Amino acid sequence: MGYQSSVEILTEWDIVAARQLGRNEAKEVGFGTVDQARITTAISELARNIYLYAGKGKIEIERITEGGLFGIIIIASDEGPGIPDVRKVMEDGFSTSGGLGAGMPGVKRLMDDFKVETVLGEGTVIKATKWIR
Amino acid sequence: MNLRIPILKLKDVLIVSIQWELDDQTALQFQEDLLTKMHETSARGVVIDLTPIDFIDSFIAKVLGDVIAMSGLMGAKVVITGIQPAVAITLIELGIRLEDVMTALDLENGLEKLQQELEA
Repeated sequence: MGYQSSVEILTEWDIVAARQLGRNEAKEVGFGTVDQARITTAISELARNIYLYAGKGKIEIERITEGGLFGIIIIASDEGPGIPDVRKVMEDGFSTSGGLGAGMPGVKRLMDDFKVETVLGEGTVIKATKWIR
Repeated sequence: MNLRIPILKLKDVLIVSIQWELDDQTALQFQEDLLTKMHETSARGVVIDLTPIDFIDSFIAKVLGDVIAMSGLMGAKVVITGIQPAVAITLIELGIRLEDVMTALDLENGLEKLQQELEA
């Protein structure tokens, strides 16, 4: 477990706080400007999903190392309704919010690894990882 | 915290430079302010410069796309300028194409492009 920091998502303003934290972390860890933009954008999308679908939740950002590689993992967790059909939300073009949010496939493309754990009625945990190339 | 984005008028064109990261409320306020200003000044074109912006998420992209469509309804043309490489890359990866949007490398090129469009 590396250095970790988090932002509670309760209001729209917390989306801004989460992505600012993410950008700062990405910069400090040593990501280039394009990856900083990818990480900031991914956090913004995940935080917005929490705000829109679960009402409240948390974005945690953790620095990780593995086999000489350095990276960052974004953990977006909520105790919302859960996702009924994960395969469907991972399809491009699927949205339940009328075009708000680029959806999960977009976030997955921005990151190197993307995992969804969801239980109906209990909540969702999304872990998205990015390594410095 | 809720600063409004200044909208400048130059002849029949409005010029907007977005200088800081947009939160949802500021973005929506901007949408309304721009359309109101367009109506008041009878502007025929708008240049929105995004040079200082280092990321655009799907919400901000939607607000921008909407404001361009709304401006079109009011008879004005919009050119977006100064999209950074990192922003262009993340927008496409995210799956946002902003098709049919007029763009230019910088404000100067954007104003030229707008003038050509307005004269055509």
